Amino acid sequence: MTPADLLGASILVALVLYALLGGADFGGGIWDLLAAGPRRAEQRALVEHAIGPIWEANHVWLILVVVVLFTAFPAAFAAISVELFVPLVLLLAGIVLRGASFTFRTYDRPDDDRVQARWGLVFSGSSVLAPLMLGVVVGALASGRVRLAAQGSAPLAWLSPFPVAVGLLAAALFAYLAATYLAVEAEGALRDDFRRRAVAAGVAVFACAAAAAALSFREAPLVFAGLTHRRWSVALHLATGAAAVTAFVMLFRGRVRAARGAAAVQVALIVLGWGASQYPYLVVPDVTLLSASAPRATQVALLWALAAGGALLFPALAVLFRVFKGERPFSVVDRPR
Amino acid sequence: MSDLLAARWLFGVSLAFHIVFAAVGVAMPLFMVLAEWRWRRTGSAAHLELARRWAKGTAILFAVGAVSGTVISFELGLLWPRFMAFAGPIIGMPFSLEGFAFFAEAIFLGIYLYGWDHTSPRLHLASGAAVAASGALSAFFVTLANAWMNAPAGFELVGGAPAAVSPFVAMFPPGWSHEVIHVLLSCYAATGFAVAGIHAAFLLRDRASAFHRAALRIALGVGGAAALLQPISGDLSARQVAAEQPVKLAALEGQFETERGAPLRLGGLPDPERMETRFALEIPKGLSLMAFHDPDAEVKGLRAFPREVWPNPRNVHLSFQVMVGLGTLLAAVSAAGLILAVRRREPPAWYLRAVVLSGPAGFVALEAGWLVTEWGRQPFTVRGVLTTAASVTPVQGLLVPFVAFGLLYLFLGAVTASLLWRQMAPRAERSRPAGGAA
Repeated sequence: MTPADLLGASILVALVLYALLGGADFGGGIWDLLAAGPRRAEQRALVEHAIGPIWEANHVWLILVVVVLFTAFPAAFAAISVELFVPLVLLLAGIVLRGASFTFRTYDRPDDDRVQARWGLVFSGSSVLAPLMLGVVVGALASGRVRLAAQGSAPLAWLSPFPVAVGLLAAALFAYLAATYLAVEAEGALRDDFRRRAVAAGVAVFACAAAAAALSFREAPLVFAGLTHRRWSVALHLATGAAAVTAFVMLFRGRVRAARGAAAVQVALIVLGWGASQYPYLVVPDVTLLSASAPRATQVALLWALAAGGALLFPALAVLFRVFKGERPFSVVDRPR
Repeated sequence: MSDLLAARWLFGVSLAFHIVFAAVGVAMPLFMVLAEWRWRRTGSAAHLELARRWAKGTAILFAVGAVSGTVISFELGLLWPRFMAFAGPIIGMPFSLEGFAFFAEAIFLGIYLYGWDHTSPRLHLASGAAVAASGALSAFFVTLANAWMNAPAGFELVGGAPAAVSPFVAMFPPGWSHEVIHVLLSCYAATGFAVAGIHAAFLLRDRASAFHRAALRIALGVGGAAALLQPISGDLSARQVAAEQPVKLAALEGQFETERGAPLRLGGLPDPERMETRFALEIPKGLSLMAFHDPDAEVKGLRAFPREVWPNPRNVHLSFQVMVGLGTLLAAVSAAGLILAVRRREPPAWYLRAVVLSGPAGFVALEAGWLVTEWGRQPFTVRGVLTTAASVTPVQGLLVPFVAFGLLYLFLGAVTASLLWRQMAPRAERSRPAGGAA
């Protein structure tokens, strides 16, 4: 393991955590948009209650990815920023509008339904836009097609079916995660609402993943190879599939904590699988961990900084989740109520 | 508008917007935690109400600050990819550490805002203190990166690329301590006066309000102390600039000729074509005395440097004048407040009016000071090493994102201002505790 490999792994771990935590917050916004039925107000209230205290902390994983990327792999950061300018700007617009409108909705005339609905629409709309663009960025990086847009002369080179399919997959994954998390936090009929939503989103995940996999044959050969004939391909598929089946079974049986755990494992494996297929490329087909590396002194210093920062960060995160998500926030076992 | 200019405008607007929220994010948690601490010590209901209302204000401002800060971190690459490809490995360290400080800020602010009814008093107060400390730490790290751009260190230049990088030398470039202290003080002073100005306005209407009196005491206590210390810090910074960045000093002061016993110019308009600064009130030997503590010291003028490395002396000199003028005003108001406090007199109406009037001055001075350091470094992003023109992205059509984000920021700024107004207005509805935890 070189320092570059370790830093690449750190970025991937941060992305997994961003998907599991920050992604689920976007998913909450998607369920705000899709709130329906007799309990739509309760559904929205639960989303607000669930993400209110934690979304800002969850969001910082993305910042960490950005700073580690530009410190450790500056050439990759520069290349990505130039080639994916348009989807990144749209991602930023989504991030800004989501965070601002969520906060504005909390504090702007809580009793005025029209004001609340207006901010709610901005919040939920931007919660769809951001994951779409995040997925588009990932898909474009993996496909290798954006390198044709050398020197920023083709701002729409990323726009093709595979990145769009990955964008839809990201939105479906985040909605799926959010629904399984919300099912744990809800009770009674509201819990059943989110169990049903989790199953529906799980089906959407499967459809988007199948579409992306099919498109990868033509557009993203590295991902396709990772899906089909790397040494670890079969094991990864089996593990991901087992997690997905477990999540579904647990959802049907009403064992929501176990379902939440399985869904999180499933999503983590999907992100890790993408990272493993793409290794050692940061931008396919020519920017690798090695070719984009900062000087060794920087990378080693950064690893120490990450270790020290992590030693402070994880206990603090544990306190946050313990305060707001119960005594055993990560448990997969249902407590008797 | 050229793409380079559009990129500069977009980044400038993004930073000018974010810097307000960043400064508030440093100071406001301290105010809020001081109010809560007073309440827990004395049981004063006004202080509890104050802590809760300030916490709501902080929540709104922090959220907008967090998302606008995210924009900056991406824009570093979107607008200046060549700068980041060059400088990322050298100044990534403070940015990475800032990432962790920001993490701590977000985590403990979540606990603070939503945890009034979920946590022990000690954990709640400690979380507030952790937000205040990590906010200051964030500003500390980010300013280190800016200090490096002004005085690059910790690497060698080999064929236009950085080599022999030592991240921890780069993290503490010459003059880092002056810049960091100056920035931190400006956060407390600007936020303190802005908050004090609002509460002083309400006090003028209702002199007996315990709520607004408590608020004024905390905001003016912290902000005033910072404003009184700021001239000392400014003097240290200016001498550092004089020693390390003579072109910037010449532009700051509108000094075109190299001379001994250079005068200090108050006001005035530098004219780069005629190479003179007109309409200024000149204090003989003032500049030599201020910059080098020697009335006959030689000050290099702009003409001593090739024209292509000049910053725009008009912009730099005018922003510098604004910063120093308003900083002096704030120090004077603070000194008057100190005298009143020592004599144990309630602030009279004239003093409250002065505080109201100086409310916006801190933030105007802060923005002006930021413009001084950025405009004063032009045409370079990394002084003497990398020009702004060589840093910019090859992506074209940057006018579109500039206009879009400009409108977005106007909208966010207007909404934030109106929400804050309602939080502090006397008849603001009290239906929700901080964060809607109920």
